[in-house]
Amino acid sequence: MAIDREQLLHVAHLARLELREDELERLQGQLNDILEAVSKVSELDLADVPPTSHPLDVVNVWDMDEPRPCFSAEEALANAPEREGDFFKVPPGGAT
Amino acid sequence: MIDTLLLTAYEAAELLRNREISGAELWEAYRRAIDERDGELHCFLHVCDDPGGDGIPLAVKDVIGTKGIPTTAGSKILEGYVPVYDATVVRRAKEDHGLRVLGKTNTDEFAMGSSTENSAFGPSRNPWDPSRVPGGSGGGSAAAVSAGLAPWALGSDTGGSIKQPSALCGNVGLRPTYGTVSRYGVVAFASSLDQIGPVAKTVRDCAYLYSIIAGRDDADSTTVELPQPVELPEAVDLKGLRVGIPKELNEADGIEPGVGEAVQAAIAKLEELGAEVGECSLPLSVEYGMPCYYLIAPAEASSNLARYDGVRFGYRADAAERLEMYERTRDEGFGDEVKRRIMVGTYALSAGYYGAYYGQAQKVRTVIKREHDALFETFDALVSPTSPTVAFPLGARAADPLAMYLCDLLTIPSCMAGLPGLNVPCGLSEGLPVGLQLIGPQFAENTLFRIGHALEQAIGFDPVPERLR
Repeated sequence: MAIDREQLLHVAHLARLELREDELERLQGQLNDILEAVSKVSELDLADVPPTSHPLDVVNVWDMDEPRPCFSAEEALANAPEREGDFFKVPPGGAT
Repeated sequence: MIDTLLLTAYEAAELLRNREISGAELWEAYRRAIDERDGELHCFLHVCDDPGGDGIPLAVKDVIGTKGIPTTAGSKILEGYVPVYDATVVRRAKEDHGLRVLGKTNTDEFAMGSSTENSAFGPSRNPWDPSRVPGGSGGGSAAAVSAGLAPWALGSDTGGSIKQPSALCGNVGLRPTYGTVSRYGVVAFASSLDQIGPVAKTVRDCAYLYSIIAGRDDADSTTVELPQPVELPEAVDLKGLRVGIPKELNEADGIEPGVGEAVQAAIAKLEELGAEVGECSLPLSVEYGMPCYYLIAPAEASSNLARYDGVRFGYRADAAERLEMYERTRDEGFGDEVKRRIMVGTYALSAGYYGAYYGQAQKVRTVIKREHDALFETFDALVSPTSPTVAFPLGARAADPLAMYLCDLLTIPSCMAGLPGLNVPCGLSEGLPVGLQLIGPQFAENTLFRIGHALEQAIGFDPVPERLR
C-alpha cells in the first residue's frame, strides 16, 4: 500500500520532523520503495509463532533500592542549549 | 622506530612491559601516522592529547560516549556535545587496563549506513584505495586500524557495522553475542540489536580487547556474565570442530565471483586444518532477514532518537514556539538517511500498521532465531562471505537507499538472532580485501577466535594495504 502525501505529513508530525517541500517529494518515493521491500514479511503465515523482542532469555533483573551517587545539576545541565538557574530553558509552548 | 602499520596491540603491550618503548613514544608514533595519513583517509572526527601513562592507545567509534571528549555519532544534531561520563566500555578500558583514548572515529550518522558516506562530517576513505569506501557504519575505526593510525579500535554493530567495514578494510572485527558487552553510555540506535565490539589487526588482539570490555554491567540490565572466560587463541588445528556452510549465505545474488572464490579457498583450508565441513541451509533467514531488520531497526531507532529535541543537549534551531523548535531542530539536525529511518519506524509503529509491520517482523525474528539454533545442533560454527562485494567507489550506492541496504544482506540474519560473528580477512579480489564471517551460537566467541586464529595463520593474509607497504 502506497503512502500518500497526507499520511506522510501525519507521520512527519508524529516524528516531530518539519520536512521541507523538496524533502517531502523525495521522501515520498523513497519511503514507498522501502515499505514495498519490507512488506515482504507479510508473505509468511506466522499466526502461531511468538514474537521475539529480545535475543536473550533474560527476565526481571532486580536491583536493591539503595541510593547511589548520581550526576549533579551542573553536570546534567552542562550541555544545555539554554538554561535558567537549574532548569533547561525552552521557548513557550504553542499548539502541540 | 615503531612501524604502526605492522605493530599489533599484543606486541605493543610486550614492548611497553619490557620497557623497550615508553608510553609517550608509542603515542607519538600513532600521532605521527595520523598526521601523515588521516588528511587523506579522514578516519578521525577528533584526535586527543596524550592523557599520559603507559597504556596502549585505543581508537573509539564516535557513537561511544567519552567523558570530556566530544561525541557526535557523526551527526550535526550532536555537534559540540561533550559527555559528562564515560561509557562503561571506555571506563573499563581506561581504569581497568590503562588504555588511552587516541581519538574518536568517523561513522555513518547514528551508525546508519554501510559506507560512512552518511556522516555529517564527510566520508572516510579506504586505505587500500582512497577512491573507495571503507564500509560502514564503523568505517573510521576499521580504516584507522588498517592504515596503522591505531593499534585497535572499538566499534558498534547493529546489522553489520563492525564486520562489514572490517571485511572491506582487511582486518578482524567481532560483533559479540548480544548482552555480553555493556551499552551504557553508547548512543542508542536499535537497542535490541546494538552491540559494542573490537576491531584489530589479528584475531588474538581482537580476543584481547573483547576480554577487556566484556562482562555484566550493573548500569545495563541487558548484560550477562560470560559463561566462560575469554581465551586467547593458540591452537592451529581444528580437529573435532564442525563447520557449516549455509547455502543461502554463500550463494546469494550479488556475491561477486572474486569474493565467493576467496571464501571457498578458505573453506578448503578449514578442512586441511582438520575441521569437518558440511553444507547446510537457512531457508528463510536470508530471504526475510533484510525486510525484518529494516522494520525492527528503524522502529527502535524512531523511539531512541526521540530524545534529540533541542532541549537538554546538542543542536537547537531558532524558533519562537516549542513545537516549532522541536520540529525544526530535528529537520536541520538530522541527515537524510536518519530521517528516512525515523519515518519508516514511526510509520511501522503507528496505529493500524503495528501488527502488519513491526509485530510481523518480530515473529520473523523468531523464525530466524529458530533456524540458526537448529543448525547449531549439528555445527559449531557457520561460514560465509561477510560482504557480497569488495569495497565500492564513493558515491556508487549513495543515491539509492535500497542498494546500500544490500551491503548487509549476509550479516543481518545472525544479528537478528543475537549471535556472535567474527570477520577474518581471507584474501584479495581485484587487489581489495575479502572477508569471511564465522558465526557461532550465543557465547561461542572462544570457538570463533580459535577457528579465526587457525585460519589466519594458515592463510597468512598481509593486513597492510599494498599501497602503504
